[in-house]
Amino acid sequence: MENPKIVQASDIVIRISGDSGDGNQLSGSILSSVTAICGNEISTFPDYPADMRPPKGSLSGVSSYQLHFGNKVYTPGDKCDVLVAMNPAALKTNVKFLKKGGVLIYDEDTFVAAELKKAQFATDDPFTELGIADTVQIVPVPVSECTKASLADSGMDAKSVLRCRNIFTLGVILWLFNLPVEKAIDYLKAKFAKKPEILAANIKVITDGFNFGANTHANVSTYRVESEKAEPGIYCDVKGNAATAYGLVAAAEKAGLRLFLGSYPITPATDVLHELAKLKNLGVITVQAEDEIAGICTAIGASFGGFLGATSTSGPGIALKSEAMGLAVIAELPLVVIDVMRGGPSTGLPTKTEQTDLLQCLYGRNGESPLVVLAASTPVDCFNSAFMAGKIALEHNTPVVLLTDAFIGNGSSSMLVPDPDKLPEIKPAVATPDMVGSYKPYARNPENYVRYKAVPGMEGLMHRLGGLEKNEAGVISTAADTHQEQTDNRQKKIDLIANYIPELEVKGNKDAETLVIGWGGTYGHISAAVENLRAQGMKLAQAHFTYINPLPKNTEEVLRSYKNILCCELNNGQFAGYLRSKIEGISIKQFNEVKGQPFQIADIEAAIKGL
Amino acid sequence: MFTQNDYKSDQPLRYCPGCGDHAIFASMTKAMAELQLDPAKTAVISGIGCSSRTPYYFGAYGMQTIHGRGLAVSTGLKTARPDLSVWNCSGDGDCLAIGGNHFIHAMRRNIDLNIIVFNNQIYGLTKGQYSPTSERGTVTKSSPFGTCEDPFCPAELCLGARGNFFARALDCDIPNSVKAMVAAAKHKGASVVEMLANCVVWKDGTHKIITDSAVRADKTILLEDGKPMIYGKNRDKGLVLDGWNIKSVTIGENGITEDDLLVHDSHNGDLALHLKLAMMGYNPYGYAANEDQLPVALGVIRDVETPTYDESVNAQIEEVKAKKKPRTLRELLLAGDTWEVK
Repeated sequence: MENPKIVQASDIVIRISGDSGDGNQLSGSILSSVTAICGNEISTFPDYPADMRPPKGSLSGVSSYQLHFGNKVYTPGDKCDVLVAMNPAALKTNVKFLKKGGVLIYDEDTFVAAELKKAQFATDDPFTELGIADTVQIVPVPVSECTKASLADSGMDAKSVLRCRNIFTLGVILWLFNLPVEKAIDYLKAKFAKKPEILAANIKVITDGFNFGANTHANVSTYRVESEKAEPGIYCDVKGNAATAYGLVAAAEKAGLRLFLGSYPITPATDVLHELAKLKNLGVITVQAEDEIAGICTAIGASFGGFLGATSTSGPGIALKSEAMGLAVIAELPLVVIDVMRGGPSTGLPTKTEQTDLLQCLYGRNGESPLVVLAASTPVDCFNSAFMAGKIALEHNTPVVLLTDAFIGNGSSSMLVPDPDKLPEIKPAVATPDMVGSYKPYARNPENYVRYKAVPGMEGLMHRLGGLEKNEAGVISTAADTHQEQTDNRQKKIDLIANYIPELEVKGNKDAETLVIGWGGTYGHISAAVENLRAQGMKLAQAHFTYINPLPKNTEEVLRSYKNILCCELNNGQFAGYLRSKIEGISIKQFNEVKGQPFQIADIEAAIKGL
Repeated sequence: MFTQNDYKSDQPLRYCPGCGDHAIFASMTKAMAELQLDPAKTAVISGIGCSSRTPYYFGAYGMQTIHGRGLAVSTGLKTARPDLSVWNCSGDGDCLAIGGNHFIHAMRRNIDLNIIVFNNQIYGLTKGQYSPTSERGTVTKSSPFGTCEDPFCPAELCLGARGNFFARALDCDIPNSVKAMVAAAKHKGASVVEMLANCVVWKDGTHKIITDSAVRADKTILLEDGKPMIYGKNRDKGLVLDGWNIKSVTIGENGITEDDLLVHDSHNGDLALHLKLAMMGYNPYGYAANEDQLPVALGVIRDVETPTYDESVNAQIEEVKAKKKPRTLRELLLAGDTWEVK
């Protein structure tokens, strides 16, 4: 097909794919940083296999990294403008993501008979076999040979040389997008500051990659993305899981407390533990516990001791932590439980995204056991939501579950470095010395039904908490009226939190008859779909939920003012069912998927059109 | 100056009349008074079971948690607040069955907790099922034809999991229980005191094979640091090493004098002899009931100090603080990769 030369675009999607040992996540991260530094909005989506080390070159061993950059970037994008395939298996598993007319860059040195066979190609012409020979711009690059030539004099062994293929490829990509190679070199300098030889090799190879693109005059489109101005300030690039960790730190700082995370490694939540484990200089304590239960229990112990206690996990871990979450409910201790959701049930799809833990978190405990549930909507919103989770936990002495997911937890975007002076105050509900002599562990503030927490070390406020039902004085009681009253109190305390959270916002056309709703990590895809259809002339309104329990106060009013409501979720309708149980008689249509992948924007558009 | 009563809450004890837990609670409060712990800086944590009700009776801070998880909660509390004296009450089921994982990891980490294991070899609160310390063949409501499994010896589990403090005492022997608990509290690290407790309702005479007044002097030996290992009604029996094994001898027979006997040293780092001493009187099925059994060791069997988890975690924070500058989240993020949009 005929190739245009320079494409002016407002936004671009690129997908780098290869063997999971090829270092695509690293080259992808560098690329996203460079584009962000150049003033673009970014959204990324790493997609990697669940196996430790699948066979090299196999279909199951393919990992990829998708980056969307430019203006009005809500999601990592459905399909890509540019696909990079480091081997035949990567091409086979990722070709479905490449747009018609897009650019395919591949390492021709790996497209040899043995590798094609591993990728289960039947012929030696994979492009014809896949039906793309005439529909996309195919750019062969001898990545392996060029990398070897580039580093021939480096003194590195052959294996180490080939590990630099990803960086050579990154050089080619930077050329393709007219991006400054110097910014990538700055990144490499910081990363390999203590390894001068590796740094020198990487600088050489990325420069050679960039020049290869410029010198070969490949007959291919290059792209120029003009970025719009973002809000002024200092920005950094964060992944959702890191943002969650930072949000907890910010909440502890604002409350004047120290942060304690008790956790057990679990995909895709482990990065929350990794991030916080680094922050010893901020006084953060992390305990890698012996199991999920010990993770939450150590956090409960630390919370009792006056820390902001938190635990991080994914769905299977929530199942194990349920009993301890109930303990935090009845002992009325502040606690943040992070659930980075993945595909289930059981072990399910550990590296893939889903929104199927909602009902588990709302209701998955014995007894009447209400707690607060929040859901973050974007990687950056992980920061805000984790901060709010900490604030609510400390001010209302309750466990708070923060739902994020594999998609936003692993995805990254640029974040304005938060200014603590602009964050809301956090005033933990703790006992005061004037309560000595009259302190009752379950005496409540009449305004919000929150009890006052006394911390070990406070003279004269010694008391005993526990999982057994107690009266106001903290004495064990099985009396019928006491249990009824305390059950009601605990519920009322959670319900009253609605007075302390923002109302539900509605975007879009004021005169729309159709409202599209969702919650958590689907925000970007739903927003993009709604905007696309509005641009085509449809009248639509959109509301996205961060606060799930309690719901914002105006939820019923908002929902009742639309003729049609479509609830889009990556599950079989958990939130839609929850809303129906809270708002009697409300009619909600559903669009649901459980494929382990984020929504495709086009699919949401089709669902809205089909109403 | 705190007295024993300062460690008691206003709540009446709800153990069964005649339960060994009454005496253990008394020993704990006596030990706390002897240590002059500040009740405001003392926390008693537990799981579920008869023994795990104990925190409610203390005039300190406390929490009864969920079944088996007391040690996990204690671990978080002590790591966050190394300034507190943290005690953990647990039974043989809570500690060694449902909470077994937390027990072995508390030992391995060596977190500075005082762990009192009320071992009555039975599940009392659920009304009489066998526990992981019940001897093979124990007949209970859940094992009407006798159990088909061997018990844990708590000492073996503790030491095998790299625990470095283990003491054993009889519920009814308050002076020696107090001594063991005081030593446990003074020991920096995870300290286990196994209290041989009687369950008057579901397994009355739990430990009578060694504790019955007629046999106790011959079936038990109190180990004391620096003292030769002598026991027996007439204080004429002693312990010696015979090759790899411990052997009971009679002083005055075959030319044996006190000088030939083993002298206890709980601080010796070598585990082998401590393990042998801790296992005396036990066979794989439970207590060794035969005539020539070795006496069950009481007192502090092992007391060896190694770095504790809580101190190490907090020392590491101070070390990193000395080396790395950012003290706030904003300083940290500004020190990383950033760019400015003007």
